Amino acid sequence: MTTLVPATFVVRTEDGAVLRAFRWALARDLKLALRSKAELAVQLLFYVIVATLFPLAIAPERPLLAALGPGVVWVAALLASLLSLPRLFATDAADGTLEQIAHSPWPLPALVSGKMMAHWLTTGLPMALLAPILSVQYAIDGVAVWVLAGALLVGTPVLSMLGGIGAALTLGARGGGSLLALLVLPLCVPVLIFGAGAVDAVRAGLSVAPHFALLCAGLLIAIVGAPLAAAAAVRIALD
Amino acid sequence: MPSTWYRYASPATFYAFAGHWARLFALAAALLCIAGLYVGLLVAPTDAQQGEAYRIIFIHVPAAWMSMFIYLVMAFWSALALGFNTRLSAMMAQALTPTGALMTFIALWTGAFWGRPTWGTYWAWDARMTSELILLFLYFGVMALRNAIDDPRRADRACSVLTLVGAVNVPIIYFSVQWWNTLHQGSTISMTTAPKMAAIMLTGMLLMTLAAWAYTIAVTLVRVRAIIVERERGATWLSQLPELRRMRA
Repeated sequence: MTTLVPATFVVRTEDGAVLRAFRWALARDLKLALRSKAELAVQLLFYVIVATLFPLAIAPERPLLAALGPGVVWVAALLASLLSLPRLFATDAADGTLEQIAHSPWPLPALVSGKMMAHWLTTGLPMALLAPILSVQYAIDGVAVWVLAGALLVGTPVLSMLGGIGAALTLGARGGGSLLALLVLPLCVPVLIFGAGAVDAVRAGLSVAPHFALLCAGLLIAIVGAPLAAAAAVRIALD
Repeated sequence: MPSTWYRYASPATFYAFAGHWARLFALAAALLCIAGLYVGLLVAPTDAQQGEAYRIIFIHVPAAWMSMFIYLVMAFWSALALGFNTRLSAMMAQALTPTGALMTFIALWTGAFWGRPTWGTYWAWDARMTSELILLFLYFGVMALRNAIDDPRRADRACSVLTLVGAVNVPIIYFSVQWWNTLHQGSTISMTTAPKMAAIMLTGMLLMTLAAWAYTIAVTLVRVRAIIVERERGATWLSQLPELRRMRA
């Protein structure tokens, strides 16, 4: 029977291995990321600069900016998240660490989740925290600021996880960054729609609950599915 | 039952099988297309509201249906390829991808040409058009990933994973775009309340749909044969095929 089920989906490990693997991978990737703080700063600067360019390219009129702002911040966050994705697996694959990780007795999906979580903590979370400052540039005020930050907080983990699948799939493939963008960006469309839509809804005086509910639903689907897909992709890349 | 199926999972057996059926389906596609175009362009009357422009549905609707259906079939073969690790399943998925992309492109292109005289614009951010465009990007993504990986077996499995992730996402994309569309703009044109279609128009459309179906099967089988020849070029059975022997002689 086992031949019918891909090896990735058969988890046979001791108790607590999933959480321990998750914690180990998270701690390791966070430590590595925090060692190159300049790299992290550059990613955040990229996000801020992209968001800053839009008012310069279009007319800086307050109603126009307020209408475009949430979308621009979301697209900037998406691009910045994409920019840092190759780091997720490529460096580990280059020096052979990824192979060792894949051979460990700990479940690979849990290890991959830890890496994705670290990616989110170092890109998505700071971007969500910076969003209120960017809101000032776009004349977004009041509750909308917190809705934007909150939507980013819930939505950016999904971007990290979808991106993680893409990063694992493109390991060792030619075309690097642009290929990754082609694979990942179309998949991110729903997150973008509900994330930016939440701010539009609050500005139109509607309830933001459905947007957040759908974002959370997407997050849950991603938490369940993405580590499995990414782990399968890592195994494929290492074969 | 399983033994028959497993027999056709071997590229050597399937090669001949595909060649036989490709010819039959190509013939069926040609006949159905002639019949469909005859009904659609000559028999069906001019539409009272849309004039002659409506006739584009005879190609547009079948292409749009196929574009989505082919993705599902690709996902099916991808799941088989991952689950059973069968080479042929992945080859089928690979063979289907370009036709799927082509159908999506035709649906978008003809949709634009229909939209210009009818809606007054080539492009609107309509829910169906937007999700169709994203579907095209998904097809391109699968094709690009296939091209970027040198080892065909690795490419097979990577593309299978990507196709399955996309298949989970396609309905989510569709509904998100639809909802976004209704929130953003009160669309002046409603595509959802289609007027009742005359029976003769429906006949033409169904004939063309069957033609598109037969065409897809024929082209996929031909393409899968080409893939088999490319990948199995070292195999003995391949070098003993009469058509290859003739070429060498």
